[in-house]
Amino acid sequence: MSIEDKQLFTVSVYTENNIGLLNRISAIFQRRHINIESLNTSPSEIEGVSKFTIVVNITEVNMKKIIGQIEKQVEVIKAYYHKLDEIIYQIAGLFKIKSELLFEERQIQNIIKESNARIVTVNKEFFVLEKSGKKEEIVTLYNQLSPFGIMQYTRSGLIAVTKEEMKISSLLEAIKNN
Amino acid sequence: METQTIKSTQKSTKKTERISGSEAIVRCLIEEGVDILYGYPGGAIMPVYDELYKYQDKIHHVLTRHEQGATHAAQGYARISGKVGVAMATSGPGATNLITGIADAQIDSTPMVCITGQVSSHLLGSDAFQETDIVGISTPVTKWNCQVTKAEDIPSVIAKAFYIAKSGRPGPVLVDITKDAQFNEFDFSYEKCTQVRSYNPIPLTDIIDVEAAAKLINTAKKPLIVWGQGVILGKAEEQLKAVVEKAGIPAAWTILGASAIPTSHPLNVGMVGMHGNYAPNILTNECDVLIAIGMRFDDRVTGSLDTYAKQAKVIHFEIDPAEIDKNVKTDVAVLGDAKTSLELLLPLLDKNSHKEWHQQFKDLYQIEFDKVIKNDLYPTKEGLTMAEVLKEINIQSEGKAAIVSDVGQHQMIACRYADFNVSKSNITSGGLGTMGFGLPAAIGAKMAAPEREVVSISGDGGYQMTIQELGTIFQQKAAVKIVVLNNDFLGMVRQWQQLFFDKRYASTEMINPDFVKIAEGYYIKARKVTKREELAEAVEEMMKSKEAYFLEVCVEKEDNVFPMIPSGASVSDIRLE
Ligand SMILES: Cc1ncc(C[n+]2csc(CCOP(=O)(O)OP(=O)(O)O)c2C)c(N)n1
Ligand SMILES: [Mg+2]
Repeated sequence: MSIEDKQLFTVSVYTENNIGLLNRISAIFQRRHINIESLNTSPSEIEGVSKFTIVVNITEVNMKKIIGQIEKQVEVIKAYYHKLDEIIYQIAGLFKIKSELLFEERQIQNIIKESNARIVTVNKEFFVLEKSGKKEEIVTLYNQLSPFGIMQYTRSGLIAVTKEEMKISSLLEAIKNN
Repeated sequence: METQTIKSTQKSTKKTERISGSEAIVRCLIEEGVDILYGYPGGAIMPVYDELYKYQDKIHHVLTRHEQGATHAAQGYARISGKVGVAMATSGPGATNLITGIADAQIDSTPMVCITGQVSSHLLGSDAFQETDIVGISTPVTKWNCQVTKAEDIPSVIAKAFYIAKSGRPGPVLVDITKDAQFNEFDFSYEKCTQVRSYNPIPLTDIIDVEAAAKLINTAKKPLIVWGQGVILGKAEEQLKAVVEKAGIPAAWTILGASAIPTSHPLNVGMVGMHGNYAPNILTNECDVLIAIGMRFDDRVTGSLDTYAKQAKVIHFEIDPAEIDKNVKTDVAVLGDAKTSLELLLPLLDKNSHKEWHQQFKDLYQIEFDKVIKNDLYPTKEGLTMAEVLKEINIQSEGKAAIVSDVGQHQMIACRYADFNVSKSNITSGGLGTMGFGLPAAIGAKMAAPEREVVSISGDGGYQMTIQELGTIFQQKAAVKIVVLNNDFLGMVRQWQQLFFDKRYASTEMINPDFVKIAEGYYIKARKVTKREELAEAVEEMMKSKEAYFLEVCVEKEDNVFPMIPSGASVSDIRLE
């Protein structure tokens, strides 16, 4: 793949906890008309430091420029980008389905078993199925279930850890000491 | 553990005083060395104005006639002094009126702190009277912004605001302070901010990169320097001059870089970009090493990137890592502030003179002189040219005036023909191209540097965008020299209509008022010149005036600015006519 070809990247942004920062970061993509495929914010491994995980489909040339513009934001500690093969990632899918189908349609039970999906809850009216994995696995499950009727379906943003070290702690340590 | 106890006792012994948030705001400004600020009062900022009244012997508030004027005045103040400009406004419309100036300061890297009042915190989000989400609105055009809802947060946030505005690559910061935070009392103490952990204002300069740059420069046969405002912001004028002189490198400037090396310097080969000089534009595509210093390869500088300096190795000295490879791919990037980097570079450079290469610049200058400059400066036709006016100003000021221009043809002419023999002398809206910038910016510049001659040069269009600031000039007795180069047209747009829209002059002709009467209405001495014979004497009278002075010069209506690189064309396709 050339640096001029579009591909999926995950962007990991370590930041101070700040209300306005999401705006600042998403504006950087918006200005260049780049669609954010998924976005997740969470605490990071370091206390007081948040982490954004953003997935975008762009060229590496643009990815580099955007990382520079993200890192330039005062409250961003560090931003990294990775190709999908450089990270371990998961996406979760939730499926809400009529309970009667679980008993009436034999095949559904097989699908659940084979897909390694988990039943989160069951009641009289509906049950909820959870599946974590790669996007394709969740989409496959969706395609299998959808002929039977899905009441609700939601897919989470991608979350990831990298194969290489990100060195945020040592970076913060260095800042503190200088 | 032990160190922490020591720290906390230190904190508690520090002198504190119980004061209101609004008084704290003014005290913070004084602590930051602010002597003048520009603004406009209103409901949500009134407590602060009440304190400004009490502290008026320590800090001078200038009432502009519009909040946009306040931001531009603060910008002018910052650009001429290198200090942080401060603007203040109320919530809602007061705050939104600041946005143009903030956006201008952002794209031109001008250090500015804006303080806005906001409705009380319990009303936030309720569509209260004069509530706007100014933090949301200003986010994309500020270097940093923040809303304060608690009085006790005011000192640390303002300290951080000043630190961020002026450090590294400077920029505008907005602090929005709710009315309850202004009213509430707390124990005040002030400590300047010296670090924000997530923010690295000046990247370390790597000597290996400097060595790589030196090696390229030393082997270059046709090196060309293009410097930008980074040299002025980084106070690296002397260092740049030393590098240029030692290595004998022709050096050209971007609009915002103008004046870092005097116009009169023999190695200063003029301005690059759309209306820049012929030689540096043409030779950008002939140099073998292009050395960019504190500039960002704006599209008005580069023209088409596909044909920009493709033959050259590119060295980029830059403080902002996000600028590296953003527009032009570099071979050697030297991060850091210009002063440090150039100081490291200087001893590594070989002495050189590049005589033949220089001759190429001189030859092309001659072509530009014959085709353009001669007709601009020494016209044979009846109508006055804009350049003639600049020539007279140069004579009267000995090239030492600060020229504050607006946006349009007159701006390009001012940049092309003004003599800039003192640094920080070209104050203009570069990146945003904000019409209406000039007059208020000139007020800020004059007040920050009263010892300097400040000449505001506007077109008849842009002048009328902030003309009400004549009131500020009069009230403040700011001795600004105001020149309007009147062509009865939105000249720059008309030029494009002529060249690219078959002369369809859609809404660019202006029926103008009596500008002299308007100035006189503000009790400003005023004069209008229509003939060449009167020009020199009128400019002399203006420059000798101890007070503000307004001079309208009626110039040829349909003159064009050349040379010109049509937008999207290559720098080598620069047109002389
Ligand atoms: C706020 C704003 N609106 C519109 C423009 C577009 N524009 C650029 S130059 C120009 C004409 C300026 O006319 P004038 O002030 O008379 O200057 P001249 O070009 O005639 O010297 C216009 C409308 C702008 N730069 N800024
Ligand atoms: Mg005009």
